[in-house]
Amino acid sequence: MDGNATLPALAVERLSVALSGRTILDHVGFSLAPGSFCGLIGANGSGKTTLLRSILGLVTPSGGTIRCAGGKPGQAIGYVPQKIQFDPFMPLRARDVVGLGLDGHRFGIPLPNAARRARVAAMLAAVDAERFADQRVGDLSGGQQQRVMIAHALIRAPKLLLLDEPLANLDLRSIAEVVGLLHRLTEKQGITVLLSAHDMNPLLPVMDQIVYLAHGRAVSGTVADVVRGGVLSQLYGYHIDVIRVHGRVLVVAAGGVEAQDGSLLCDPVHVAPIP
Amino acid sequence: MFSSFMLNSWIVATIVAATAGLVGFFVVIRGASFAAHALPLSAFPGAAAAALLGVNEIAGLVGFAALGVLGINGFSRRGRPEVATALTLVLLLGVGTLLLSQSRDDAQLVYGLLFGQVLGVSRAEIVPIAALSAAASLATLMLLRPLLLSAVSPELAQARGVAPGRIDIAFLVIMALAETIALPVVGALLVFSLMVGPASAARNLTDRPWLGLALSVGLSVVTAWLAIALAYQTNWPIGFFVGGLGALAYAVGRAVRGAKS
Ligand SMILES: Nc1ncnc2c1ncn2[C@@H]1O[C@H](COP(=O)(O)OP(=O)(O)OP(=O)(O)O)[C@@H](O)[C@H]1O
Ligand SMILES: [Mg+2]
Repeated sequence: MDGNATLPALAVERLSVALSGRTILDHVGFSLAPGSFCGLIGANGSGKTTLLRSILGLVTPSGGTIRCAGGKPGQAIGYVPQKIQFDPFMPLRARDVVGLGLDGHRFGIPLPNAARRARVAAMLAAVDAERFADQRVGDLSGGQQQRVMIAHALIRAPKLLLLDEPLANLDLRSIAEVVGLLHRLTEKQGITVLLSAHDMNPLLPVMDQIVYLAHGRAVSGTVADVVRGGVLSQLYGYHIDVIRVHGRVLVVAAGGVEAQDGSLLCDPVHVAPIP
Repeated sequence: MFSSFMLNSWIVATIVAATAGLVGFFVVIRGASFAAHALPLSAFPGAAAAALLGVNEIAGLVGFAALGVLGINGFSRRGRPEVATALTLVLLLGVGTLLLSQSRDDAQLVYGLLFGQVLGVSRAEIVPIAALSAAASLATLMLLRPLLLSAVSPELAQARGVAPGRIDIAFLVIMALAETIALPVVGALLVFSLMVGPASAARNLTDRPWLGLALSVGLSVVTAWLAIALAYQTNWPIGFFVGGLGALAYAVGRAVRGAKS
């Protein structure tokens, strides 16, 4: 981490969110240094999407503050939502999706514009999507669609990029490609990446920081600081073991966990088999 | 067939079809076909209400279409859109049946409204149709990109500062307008096919959204012209040809897309 003088790209303080009267996030706090790659890790239902939507201003918090360098969320934050299903029957090319990232919110008739075309082409090149730029986006593979979505989110040159489970449903090779692409963006362009996932393993080589969510609360720091039995046991409220084996991290609840905690035991991530 | 008596028919059909092709493209890509089917059926009793009250037919149709929009939108807040649509359709159709049974020359009126009456449009009828078409088309053209973006993903639109709920309502209103003006011409049963047939074909003919939109408008106008010519020659209802040509266009589109992949 560099300069202590630089402002954080994102600072979340004592953030609480309640949805339909239920507390989903409870005094969550963390901050991200500019250009860092952060993994937002948590089981299904732990509040990852809710946290990302709060940062975007799509969810109103019940308490706490969110500050983001560079002003308004719409402009300064790029967002790749969870599970976008592109309709294969929609006449829409990868190129058009990227273009919509630039001016999809604008009114009026879109007129042909050379500068805009060049910008879209450059963005497609940046995510290595030129090969399939003119194909129907609904016909592309999951990994190709993710790249198109990343280009869509990046075309307005945001400083902060939020991605909600972009690695779900991708095979190992596509995962490595997408993670590599995002890592290059942080290194070369100084973009700050906050990426949610239920499995931290693919992110281990590139993560500068981790935010670990469970039961509405969060711990954050480096992987070495956070992903430890003691820290996670305190977060979950019962005994957790962290096993490091073959370069992978397994987070496992110890036996004797009550039935109410079955969600943890049943979560395949936490009892992930070694490939 | 091109006599001055028919001239008005050609003008009205062209206006109505161009609007239907424009709006219909978004009906298809937004998956709003059921609402597009239900709205004209909900609206057509409005003409009977207008006859009973002695007011303009188009006013009656617009009034009932507005009720349809309010119903679909209101019920959608508490449930799934297709359930809301079905509920609205049933309510308005129920009221409509009652109204139609009260009007004196109901058989003729119902027949015309269900199957369309393009032949013999008066000059006075063109003005309101043209005005409402222009309003629906202009609104669609203003909203082209937000309509497309929120069709791709409401979530993405929201992140871009476009409220998907507002776009949904705006589109419902646009759709109701476009269908209401097409209704007396094509008929309540087949407005839907003019909206959906050419647009479904167009989305299979190209991968480019705005080219698809243009094709949808073009196919829709050609469909309407052919339908008028054929209806004039055969004396069969125009709706039959609109439906048949719509289905044909769709089949050709599917075949083209099938051949490409
Ligand atoms: N609109 C809502 N009203 C009430 N509860 C909600 C709402 N949206 C989400 N929740 C609840 O909030 C919790 C967190 O949801 P969220 O979608 O943020 O989890 P997540 O970590 O993204 O899960 P996943 O990995 O499945 O995507 C869940 O228990 C969910 O049931
Ligand atoms: Mg989620």
